[in-house]
Amino acid sequence: MNNRINQLFQEKDKNILSVYFTAGYPELNDTVTIIQELEKNGVNLIEIGMPFSDPVADGPVIQNSSLIALKNGMSVKKLFEQLQNIRKTVKIPLILMGYLNPVLQFGVENFCKKCQEVGIDGLIIPDLPLNEYLSEYKSLFEAHQLHNILLITPQTSDERILQIDAESSGFIYMVSSSSTTGMKQSVAKYQTEYFERVNRLGLKNPQLIGFGISNHETFQNTCKYAGGAIIGSAFVKALEGELTLNERISGFVKTIVNPE
Amino acid sequence: MNYQVNDKGYYGEFGGAFIPEMMYPNIEELRREYMSIIHSYDFRQEFISLLKHYVGRPSPLYFAKRMSEHYQSNVFLKREDLNHTGSHKINNTIGQILLAKHLKKKRIIAETGAGQHGVATATVCALMGVQCVVYMGALDVKRQAPNVKKMRMLGAEVIPALSGNQTLKDATNEAMRDWINNPVDTHYIIGSVVGPHPYPDMVARFQSVISEEIRWQLDEQLGRELPTRVIACVGGGSNAAGAFYHFLEDEAVELIGVEAAGKGISTPDTAATLTLGTPGVLHSSHSYLMQNEDGQITEPYSISAGLDYPGIGPLHAHLFKTGRGKYLWATDEEVLQSALLLTRKEGIIPALESAHALAALEKIKLQPEDVNIINLSGRGDKDMETYLDYFGY
Ligand SMILES: Cc1ncc(COP(=O)(O)O)c(C=O)c1O
Repeated sequence: MNNRINQLFQEKDKNILSVYFTAGYPELNDTVTIIQELEKNGVNLIEIGMPFSDPVADGPVIQNSSLIALKNGMSVKKLFEQLQNIRKTVKIPLILMGYLNPVLQFGVENFCKKCQEVGIDGLIIPDLPLNEYLSEYKSLFEAHQLHNILLITPQTSDERILQIDAESSGFIYMVSSSSTTGMKQSVAKYQTEYFERVNRLGLKNPQLIGFGISNHETFQNTCKYAGGAIIGSAFVKALEGELTLNERISGFVKTIVNPE
Repeated sequence: MNYQVNDKGYYGEFGGAFIPEMMYPNIEELRREYMSIIHSYDFRQEFISLLKHYVGRPSPLYFAKRMSEHYQSNVFLKREDLNHTGSHKINNTIGQILLAKHLKKKRIIAETGAGQHGVATATVCALMGVQCVVYMGALDVKRQAPNVKKMRMLGAEVIPALSGNQTLKDATNEAMRDWINNPVDTHYIIGSVVGPHPYPDMVARFQSVISEEIRWQLDEQLGRELPTRVIACVGGGSNAAGAFYHFLEDEAVELIGVEAAGKGISTPDTAATLTLGTPGVLHSSHSYLMQNEDGQITEPYSISAGLDYPGIGPLHAHLFKTGRGKYLWATDEEVLQSALLLTRKEGIIPALESAHALAALEKIKLQPEDVNIINLSGRGDKDMETYLDYFGY
């Protein structure tokens, strides 16, 4: 498989900035604007969150944005409608991130087909573990040119990291600390030890670090240990406020990449 | 037919372990260790001894004479309400706290709906001197105030879950998040036969003491081990799993689960998951769920906080799908009447959950020679306010 995700990592191996947002938040129809603005402001990769009623791997900020998005009327079906023409304007890789049940109800095969049709490059489904992926989903994902991005954490053994690396493609999502999503102020020592441990394994897939990256400093620090970093809650939080959506997005990306 | 979990954690097409990677080390440790621990000599000795001397087992199998006259059939009550802390939940928490000890865990977390599982968990934590945190939906904290006070007196920290409808599902979400954030030294004592493999099997095994006892007690009293049917309420399904367990292979024994229909199965205010739900994945398990067409979980309702859950254990999904189990439902109204009937006929005030099982006696064609076992999963102390409000005493 060689899609936009692979191309991104071929062209750029440092300081990749990936941003997550919840589709349908703050307003139902903000999805396309947010994607376009993120690309315009230099973001390299986007994770579009599909809201779920029971997001167990998420902290309060993404729980709240999911709840509001669902109240606004977001659904998998609606999201695909919104993304129908996204590839007419957007070039960077797009990933859908969400929980398994809405995908199951949409129909896994139908879901993969739709992803390919609108131009999605990868999926992150935190509650689809490796063994289930291998036995039920892998062939479908691959047939539709979709990378399955798997997570590793500080508690993941070397042996399992190597297994995950062997069975996945695109990149590996390094969860920075053992936690649900959310903002943290700094990178702790045990985290750098874990980052170094992963670096020493010499994985075939590139890595991005996510969970708890919230500002210029944490972005810079984590970028030392991986191809780049993923920002979620801090961006979702930044979407609240007085300014126009475009101003909020450009302002936020600037504080991360180039704060002066 | 085989009704046991397979080595991948499935009952037929139901079950599995749809866990985020953050939970993998803990779940994998449990999966690897649970069978050898619970079959070890030390564990067996301690488990059996605590069930006997601390919980007060065996619980009586009581022939309810006046209920039997009323229904013109033989009604036996398996008295789980007489257990220490007032319900079957303690069978599981004793098992899991011993397991946690073998795994050298220092901190226990749990979710609770009615508060019965929370109290049973706080109790065994006090018994073992272990730190205990219980998540409870903020609405349930209000609905079940006496149990909140009990948990606090027992030394547990009770954290209200503020997300969603603020009931059992949300408490479960919060407990899972806690475990993700505390991956070392913490054991999560799930309160029913739900959650990722190996929980459904493990909890069913701890609760299976119920049917193990029913068999010999029935033999002792009637000279036969097999009843006509076993009836139990189902929320997540742990008391039912325990009451069915040793009869699963005896296909002549009817296994009847009773779901909470709330205000009725044609209203949105219901928790009858098998009757109304469809298959999907919630709380790491593939089973029947109450959900909308987009796969969002819908909020259940029942007068009984312990049955107010939008999912059901995968064992029951399998028994339902294969037809081995029959699943009925009872409305709030029917349940309240059945609770009053038992109170007046036998002098036993049941938990609202357990009264769902009693309500099934109104719905089944009973023959005079039938032997009906009702699993009376808990006592009514916690529900007195609801009863008093309704009956106006
Ligand atoms: C007395 C009693 N019975 C039944 C239940 C429902 O749980 P389960 O279906 O796991 O037995 C509860 C739950 O709180 C309970 O307190």
